[in-house]
Amino acid sequence: MIEFQNTSKSYDGIKAVDGLSLTIARGEFVVLIGPSGSGKTTALQLINRLLDHDSGRILFEGKEIYSFNVRDLRRRMGYAIQSVGLFPHWTVERNIATVPQLLGWERSRIDQRVTELLTLFAMDPAIFRTRYPHQLSGGQQQRVGVARALAADPAVLLMDEPFGALDPVTRAALQLEMKRVHEGSGKTIVLVTHDIDEALLLASKVVVLDRGRVVQVGSPLELLSKPANDFVADFIGRADRGIKLLSLRAVEPYVSSAPAAPDAPSIAITATVREAVSCMAAAGVAVLGVRNSDGRVVGSVQAADLVLPARHG
Amino acid sequence: MRDGNDVGFNPVLALINVLGLGAAMALPLLRVAPNRLVSGDPVYLAELLQTSLGDLFPGGWVVFMVAAMAAAIFGSTRRWVHWGVVGIAAAWMATLVWLAGYHASAIALTESPLARTALGAGFWTLIALSWLLCLDAVDRLQIGFLSRMVLLASVVVPMAIVVGRGYGDELSIMKEYANRSDVFASAVLRHLQIVATAIVPTVLVGLPLAWAAYRHARVRSLLFPFLNLVQTIPSIALFGLFMAPLAWMAASYPVLGRAGIRGVGLAPAVLALFLYSLLPVVRSAVAGLQQVPGAVKTAARGMGMGAVTIFWRVEVPLALPVLLLGLRAAVVQTIGLAAVTALVGAGGLGSLMFEGLFSGANELVLLGVVPIVVLAVLADGVFKALSAVLKGPAA
Repeated sequence: MIEFQNTSKSYDGIKAVDGLSLTIARGEFVVLIGPSGSGKTTALQLINRLLDHDSGRILFEGKEIYSFNVRDLRRRMGYAIQSVGLFPHWTVERNIATVPQLLGWERSRIDQRVTELLTLFAMDPAIFRTRYPHQLSGGQQQRVGVARALAADPAVLLMDEPFGALDPVTRAALQLEMKRVHEGSGKTIVLVTHDIDEALLLASKVVVLDRGRVVQVGSPLELLSKPANDFVADFIGRADRGIKLLSLRAVEPYVSSAPAAPDAPSIAITATVREAVSCMAAAGVAVLGVRNSDGRVVGSVQAADLVLPARHG
Repeated sequence: MRDGNDVGFNPVLALINVLGLGAAMALPLLRVAPNRLVSGDPVYLAELLQTSLGDLFPGGWVVFMVAAMAAAIFGSTRRWVHWGVVGIAAAWMATLVWLAGYHASAIALTESPLARTALGAGFWTLIALSWLLCLDAVDRLQIGFLSRMVLLASVVVPMAIVVGRGYGDELSIMKEYANRSDVFASAVLRHLQIVATAIVPTVLVGLPLAWAAYRHARVRSLLFPFLNLVQTIPSIALFGLFMAPLAWMAASYPVLGRAGIRGVGLAPAVLALFLYSLLPVVRSAVAGLQQVPGAVKTAARGMGMGAVTIFWRVEVPLALPVLLLGLRAAVVQTIGLAAVTALVGAGGLGSLMFEGLFSGANELVLLGVVPIVVLAVLADGVFKALSAVLKGPAA
């Protein structure tokens, strides 16, 4: 879908992106992560030509991005940024309709699309359609920002720290919504963040950048279990790397049919290992009951098993 | 003070009333002179109430208004009290005009036809204080902007009715008006013409200039020192500066002369006013464009809007409220400055004012000045209303 081929971009002789080669397949959720000045935002803006690269090539659907008309290219890629960038003088409806209007969609089709997107983000269209951005909470503004990026149903969604300015609770809710939207739509998403937990939660592929160079590319599990070097290990958080690893594992493979004590606390079978360990530590027990989707206790997990690699699955 | 004022004591109202009482006692409401060129003898409000009008004019009405004011000062903060203050202030303004006019009629019957009854300092002070009363009360009502404008406009209606029905005709200022009624209307129109011919080019030239200054720092660094310099030149000096070159141009190129470009008259006046109003318009337009958030512009670009679309659909609408502030300042400033253009023969209300000044007829000066003030207040109100309408949904 998108391919960087040895792409570089300098500002005043300093390489912001240095020989980046990266292939992003259709339907992937790629997270570019790195500290400030690592070139992650620059790399993102090279894709929709908000910035021009100096050398190398970038392909979109197999063709050089410079073979597209720049406006057409941008209209085929949704774009959402941290400070939202909603038009303050337009209603929510008109903001979302920006790209469809540029593409000349019919009124009725636009109306329908706005309703669809607001519903997708759990915002009642009857209430929010005619609101102005300043009448929304930060989380709602960001939802509208993402809805606007999705409006013309672009194949690619580019997001630059979209949840950076939100409080932790709202951010977590929006991250889950984003995950749901990605799973439901199969869109290719490229997201820039400096929040490692966000990257581990959302990404199918994490790209760690440092001073314009790729340090490691891999799935969240690969990153946690085999960090390429000290930089990555530090960035992940050396001390609680294991804890983060636990949050990527489901509790299911560790469940045995042996019953737990009748008064032992229990967790859902869909929980992560991290949640199970947390629950044990909080309750001060070494064995937990496990509930199935009906809420019936069907087995148990042992503290000693949880830290070992999974036996199956 | 506007919120949580439970005590009910209104210090603003109290102060205005004390000042009003002082003005009514210490300053003459009217001056009666045997002819228009001498200064005349003072007549105070108390005299008017006692002597000439004692039985005719219901003195009780004045007593009632004073008592009502006192009640309002210490009264509750309920909304109807504020409405009452607005009503009384409006009635008070009309009453003042009526009183003055009535006395002038009495003088006209008893004295020579040359005798003049001029409005004194007391009259103007009391009118101004009444207006302040209205502003304060309307402010306390906390109503929407447009309702506020309508209410303030309707406050002057009773006074206008009193004048319109001829009760003030024997007052000196109205006599001057009667003498000049033929030129008065054309002076107002001429004044508006001067303002319009200065402001329209300001907007047409100023907005592209602002756009250039916004895009290019170099233009900005050259333009603003020049415009600031222009502001520091006194208006009469600026008119003088243009007179010689324009006269020369008209003499050298008769085509220009036939088109109305001359060393005196409209041309130097409008040119100077144009330059003066350029600074507020350009500065506010640039400020307006600069305060458009960068994120909004980046987002617009990122979604595939072209530069032209971004300018007209995003930057201009978002800059407009700030631009309107500058345009409002420019228009109000030009209405005032246009009075001075009478000195270079441009005409307008300034010519009435200067004629009065040079012949020592104060009332004629007022006949020129009062409409200028009214025009400026009206223009100010129109622009404020326009901003309020624009801001309405997105505020």
